[in-house]
Amino acid sequence: MKRHLISAADLTRDDALLVLDTAEEMARVADRPIKKLPTLRGRTVVNLFFEDSTRTRISFEAAAKRLSADVINFSAKGSSVSKGESLKDTALTLEAMGADAVVIRHHASGAPHRLATSGWIGGSVVNAGDGTHEHPTQALLDAFTMRRHLAGAPDGGPTYHREPGDGTGRDLAGRRITIVGDVLHSRVARSNVHLLNTLGAEITLVAPPTLLPIGVETWPCEVSYDLDPILAKTDAVMMLRVQSERMNAAFFPTEREYARRYGLDGARMAALPGHAIVMHPGPMNRGMEITAEVADSGRCTVVEQVANGVSVRMAVLYLLLGGNEPAITTARTQENNDR
Amino acid sequence: MTKILIRGAKVLGGEPQDVLIDSETIASVGSVPDAAGATVVEAEGKILLPGLVDLHTHLREPGREDSETVLTGTRAAAAGGYTAVHAMANTFPVADTAGVVEQVWRLGRESGYCDVQPVGAVTVGLEGKQLAELGAMAESAAAVRVFSDDGKCVDDAVIMRRALEYVKAFDGVVAQHAQEPRLTEGAQMNEGLVSGELGLRGWPAVAEESIIARDVLLAAHVGSRVHICHLSTAGSVELVRWAKSKGWNVTAEVTPHHLLLTDELVRSYNPVYKVNPPLRTEADVMALREALADGTIDCVATDHAPHPHEDKDCEWAAAAMGMIGLETALSVVQHTMVDTGLLDWAGVADRMSFRPAVIGRLHGHGRPVAAGEPANLTLVDPQYRGVVNPVGFASRSRNTPYEGIELPGRVTATFLRGKATVMDGKLA
Ligand SMILES: [Zn+2]
Repeated sequence: MKRHLISAADLTRDDALLVLDTAEEMARVADRPIKKLPTLRGRTVVNLFFEDSTRTRISFEAAAKRLSADVINFSAKGSSVSKGESLKDTALTLEAMGADAVVIRHHASGAPHRLATSGWIGGSVVNAGDGTHEHPTQALLDAFTMRRHLAGAPDGGPTYHREPGDGTGRDLAGRRITIVGDVLHSRVARSNVHLLNTLGAEITLVAPPTLLPIGVETWPCEVSYDLDPILAKTDAVMMLRVQSERMNAAFFPTEREYARRYGLDGARMAALPGHAIVMHPGPMNRGMEITAEVADSGRCTVVEQVANGVSVRMAVLYLLLGGNEPAITTARTQENNDR
Repeated sequence: MTKILIRGAKVLGGEPQDVLIDSETIASVGSVPDAAGATVVEAEGKILLPGLVDLHTHLREPGREDSETVLTGTRAAAAGGYTAVHAMANTFPVADTAGVVEQVWRLGRESGYCDVQPVGAVTVGLEGKQLAELGAMAESAAAVRVFSDDGKCVDDAVIMRRALEYVKAFDGVVAQHAQEPRLTEGAQMNEGLVSGELGLRGWPAVAEESIIARDVLLAAHVGSRVHICHLSTAGSVELVRWAKSKGWNVTAEVTPHHLLLTDELVRSYNPVYKVNPPLRTEADVMALREALADGTIDCVATDHAPHPHEDKDCEWAAAAMGMIGLETALSVVQHTMVDTGLLDWAGVADRMSFRPAVIGRLHGHGRPVAAGEPANLTLVDPQYRGVVNPVGFASRSRNTPYEGIELPGRVTATFLRGKATVMDGKLA
């Protein structure tokens, strides 16, 4: 693994599997009565959030605390940052405080990259979402969730909505993943395309042409303007959050029309194969990209994704900061892939 | 000492000749055996060009003296081989009155390094709503002939039409910064494969091209001349080529950075590459070079845009747009146009001196290297190879995209009306 996690494209297949397999071990810790590991005792993790995202911040905070790290939450709201203090000055402050890792969420694409490459800080940088660029830990938790459901059975196949299995050592080769919605503005979609491609999945992006970036035809995925023909060939469908403000910028005419053409309702869910799962990075716009019926169904993994987020972020922090020490007292199995 | 003998220089890249300067004028060109009392500049192997003329410079004074002043900017210009620069109007206050343009003009004269020809704003405050007093600026001591809201596009078609018509009364020209504002709201970089991957708001080529298409049609309709600033796309080249084929009075410029750099550099998220118009693709770069070579693009203009360090030492979205260019322009042109065989040195003289002077209606600049002409001259060592180090720049700012890059060529001497502003590669 590199020293920073800025883009999902930074991860090789081996790196990605190492994170996912480590996350499986971390998930087992969560099932113990005492959920804490001493691994990062004495290390400092700073959550540097320039953009409101309580969900993501709490997830990173829980991950760091379960590894016994000291956590400092630095929110741009009400701090000197909103009074014009630059990213650089904030970074220098964190450096002076001895941050071993900085988890950064920023409204500007590329801010974590700047933080990692400008020499302002010496610690590891973890991108917790930058503008419309990337959100690599979201992609990792999505892949983790997919692997448990689609490759978690003892034979390596899908679990058909029984208890999610353990896909340790496996990738997502041949799994068909459909990502629906506002790809243009989605950091989740960009990171997922990189990571899922690395893991061997077949990706299809579905969106109105207005919500696809120029040049998407060069991405390692298929593109469709219609959702219905894709459903029967889908193992996991990921519904992206669509902000209704996009309507005002003429990306689509009305919320109703968007929901009709690209929303996931009960009828469309019924067209999915029996083993397929429905995913959403949250928070959901019920009635927009997903109906309440689908959101509350047993095929929807939204709540599970939240839990998996903590395990995956523990794995990322551990691998970036913990060096080569075993995460858990039992020796970790390094048997890489080759199913 | 009033006589200077430049010995053995290749005038415009031709056969070696001696050039004798007497006071402010070129006394003779050819063989000058007798140079009694003259300072001799040995110029064997060097190229002698007419003093360079920039149609597009941001000197920042008045208002942003933290990034550049008329004095530091003209020193940078002289170091880059320029003897005249056009100072853009987007200062604080905006150069939209006779008073401001005369102030900038006077500061230029006082600097003594390079003539400063102010550009007047087209509209009051660059706001695109009401015509500035173009006639007053034209009649002022600064004798403004080029008008531009550069930094902003004159996007209202009626205002643009009226401006084009109005400046005919004093042989003026409107220099358009072609950028359709609605198509570029919040835009951060060229819209293309790279912007899609980086998640940076795209700046489509069509935003530039649609304005150029409109403006060449308007210029044709009202019989005016229009100048297009910093062409950056292959499509823009096609439109200008088409307009010229119709015989319309259209001229265009290209910046050195658009002749060399592409949007691939933005992958670093380093704001030193953030510029307006944005860096485009390799195909655009090649089309621009070809158009400059065949004359479709009339001239090279630097769009020298100084910014203080803190405005670039930040995240991409928060950074200012623009890069400095006066001190590297000739090297980039040699690298991209001369060393590639696209343009000879006579062509460089044409695109960097003769033609911009004609477009700007400058007197005494962009003249042939011949007896009786004003001694505005630039001596270049084309053999030189050096790594760009901004620490030595005369500009007050350091936002160059070429730091650490090896570029050819070096200005060893610049003469402004016979006075050496640069000698032995150093500012006088
Ligand atoms: Zn401009």
